[in-house]
Amino acid sequence: MEKVIFKVFRFNPERDKKPRFDKYEVPIRNGMTVLDALYYIQGYLDGSLAFRSSCREGVCGSCGMHINGKYRLACETQINRLKSKKITIKPLGHLPVIKDLVVDMTDFWEKYSYIKPYLIAGAPPEENERIQTQDDRNKLDGLIDCILCACCYAACTITDTEKNYLGPAALLKVDRFVEDSRDNNKKERLLTVSGDSGIFRCHTLFNCQEVCPKNLDPTGAIARLKRMAISNTLCFWEK
Amino acid sequence: MRYHQAVVVGGGLAGLRAAVALNQRNIKVAVISKVHPIRSHSNSAQGGINAPLGNHPRGCVDSPERHAFDTIKGSDYLADQDAVMRLTKDAAKRIIELEHWGCPFSRTIDGKIAQRPFGGAGFPRTCYAADRTGKYILHTLWEQIIKYIHSSERENMTVYDEWFVTSIVVKDGVCHGVIAMDLDTGELEEFKADAVIFATGGSGRVYKNTTNSLISTGLGVAIPFREGIPLKDMEFIQFHPTTLYGNNILMTEGCRGEGGYLLNNKGERFLANYDDSRKAMEVAPRDIIARNMMREILAGRGFEDAYLHLDLRHLGAEKINTRLPGIRELAINFVNVDPIDEPIPVQPGMHYTMGGIDTNINCETIVKGFYAAGECACVSVHGANRLGGNSLLETVVFGTIAGESAADYILEESPSSSEAALKEKLGQQKIVLMNYLDHNGEENHAKIKEELGTVMKDKVGIFRKKEKMEEALEEVRKLKERYKDIKIIDKGKRMNFDLIWAMELGGNLEVAEVITMGALKREESRGSHYRLDFPERDDKNWLKHTVAFSTPEGVKLEYKDVTLGFYEPRERKY
Ligand SMILES: Cc1cc2nc3c(=O)[nH]c(=O)nc-3n(C[C@H](O)[C@H](O)[C@H](O)COP(=O)(O)OP(=O)(O)OC[C@H]3O[C@@H](n4cnc5c(N)ncnc54)[C@H](O)[C@@H]3O)c2cc1C
Ligand code: FES
Repeated sequence: MEKVIFKVFRFNPERDKKPRFDKYEVPIRNGMTVLDALYYIQGYLDGSLAFRSSCREGVCGSCGMHINGKYRLACETQINRLKSKKITIKPLGHLPVIKDLVVDMTDFWEKYSYIKPYLIAGAPPEENERIQTQDDRNKLDGLIDCILCACCYAACTITDTEKNYLGPAALLKVDRFVEDSRDNNKKERLLTVSGDSGIFRCHTLFNCQEVCPKNLDPTGAIARLKRMAISNTLCFWEK
Repeated sequence: MRYHQAVVVGGGLAGLRAAVALNQRNIKVAVISKVHPIRSHSNSAQGGINAPLGNHPRGCVDSPERHAFDTIKGSDYLADQDAVMRLTKDAAKRIIELEHWGCPFSRTIDGKIAQRPFGGAGFPRTCYAADRTGKYILHTLWEQIIKYIHSSERENMTVYDEWFVTSIVVKDGVCHGVIAMDLDTGELEEFKADAVIFATGGSGRVYKNTTNSLISTGLGVAIPFREGIPLKDMEFIQFHPTTLYGNNILMTEGCRGEGGYLLNNKGERFLANYDDSRKAMEVAPRDIIARNMMREILAGRGFEDAYLHLDLRHLGAEKINTRLPGIRELAINFVNVDPIDEPIPVQPGMHYTMGGIDTNINCETIVKGFYAAGECACVSVHGANRLGGNSLLETVVFGTIAGESAADYILEESPSSSEAALKEKLGQQKIVLMNYLDHNGEENHAKIKEELGTVMKDKVGIFRKKEKMEEALEEVRKLKERYKDIKIIDKGKRMNFDLIWAMELGGNLEVAEVITMGALKREESRGSHYRLDFPERDDKNWLKHTVAFSTPEGVKLEYKDVTLGFYEPRERKY
């Protein structure tokens, strides 16, 4: 059976002074994913390895990590496709390590929560759904598909240097509501993200768009928000 | 000691919906989940959620009664009919509410919630949001939870994510709270509560060939079982016809609802060759299609004697990209097949646990103050076979009911939980934990889990037979013995997954034993439970629920009547 070497980031702040990399030799079968390999390591080579996972099919967002030079979902990454005999795995960047590949997501969740990630709308019809045209609903495609894996957050250069920067995932979520024909809190939302920690911090480096495992475009969403925020301010001055 | 009026264990759809219901009644509630709620298994649901909205031109005469009839017939008459009536009566309300909260449902031409046909349903009744319905609903409910946290002035809503519940605390027939471990610190703590709701999901991972998330282990039903709360109808395991060959990732029934074909190695739509699927073809109920697929494979008409083809090519790129984008993504990512150009290799796989914690129509159990809802519970609305789209519906309908029942109990009976009982249980659990960490045996728990999954897949699967199941039972019991001699390598506290997976396996094993015992005893074929040695349904002897109890002498099985009253059992023909 073919074998691949996995070099895995290890750090348990409970007892390690500094991080290290451990090497494991894993037998590979066709279709095997990086997540399968991590489970093989945990189950058969070293039970102390810690990593998160749940759906193993790229929908829950648990398993974002740095795999051979790029942030990806471990469960969606087939080992064969990496075309390498050596695979190096590190945790998500810009977030403190709790243990090995498990990072503390508190900042990420707080920023997500800060942007009021819920529909704000007037009273709905009593017994029926709100009407939304297919065109209006289509505008949400790509904006509602974020799985909050934080790959973009880890890849973004600004989240590293500006501690308060909301980051691509939260801003994409803002655009999701701004674009929703049912939401009527657009002005307020634009105001929230126009401040110091919001859209104008983005330097349009496209890192988030490049790494997104779901092929979403947070950079584009942020650019759209910028345009709207600017025309919004202009309207405000005109009044 | 932490105190919340109500503790909800589970951050999937049922748990979050229950928490919202409690909060709406001003109850101080905590949600405890072993993964962040947004990572729950509910994410994986693809195809949709049923309600007789009548938004589809062919569904304009649909009604709660027709929905109930299809559900009862689909259940092979094992569902409790009063519970089904409640499910379908509340369906529209719960789904409209999700829309009001922002769930991005797909739309009809006139802007209403879109609906698609699903197996076993008389009308297109399955409301969908592309093919990621579960994910969108879960995110919508999580958004509501954040909204409640923002607006609660008195810390009415607290979420404990990555806390692992190890036990419930029951004394004198009353539930006093739970014991849970903070995965960050590895410490156990008591959660005092006046009411506890379990919404811990299914037990898919008892089987190796499952569509379920890695975290759907069954420990959530084993925990109350250990405290004397019975499990109902556990032998009814749904096998989904179309899961990816090799890793059993689900290809939604929506693929067939949208017009996809199932083909054998001669390129035939073989469902036409079987009496029970000739008429409904690809949208016949799951149990029927899964069996006919296995028959095709066993007769040598499969590919590599292991799988068949799900062909979507004739739907065209546009329909695939708009209605089934997630399916396309999964097939490309996991088996290197683009369904626009090639058929998808599929095989039946374990999909859903119809049985679960025995509850009544109000989600109450035999223990006062302890409730269950969602896939971990058995009300029972699915009976012997669940219809696609009814399970998401069950999570929101009965999640709400569980929350309301618990709120009524708290407000009307002002129960007071016993701190002494909690302290005592915490002490016991600390010893259990220490014992685990001291385990230095010869056995590898990952290997035991692998073996268990294989036994269940091979011997308690789609086709069942006495001899095989007897072997299975013996093997499961041997694995239980070997489990006592496992080794835990990681002795640390923080994020100790070696320990967590070992504890989960304890639940897997207990559930496997109950499933196998129930299946062995039930000498008939009904819905998903198909006995080669008893191929007919036997209403005279078996129109009844299996109820399993954990006793010091081992698992004991009892039986109880099915609630009928609306539709007389008839032969189930499609
Ligand atoms: C691939 C797939 C597709 C599906 N598609 C559909 C569909 O289209 N339509 C449909 O109706 N149904 C579908 N189903 C079924 C449906 O998704 C599930 O039945 C439903 O999501 C279960 O929801 P739940 O809230 O009961 O549990 P889950 O979503 O499984 O949540 C369980 C929760 O309990 C927590 N938990 C468990 N144990 C513990 C513990 N010990 N301590 C702390 N927390 C714990 C978990 O962290 C999790 O938050 C599908 C199922 C699968 C597998
Ligand atoms: S495990 Fe869910 S995204 Fe990888």
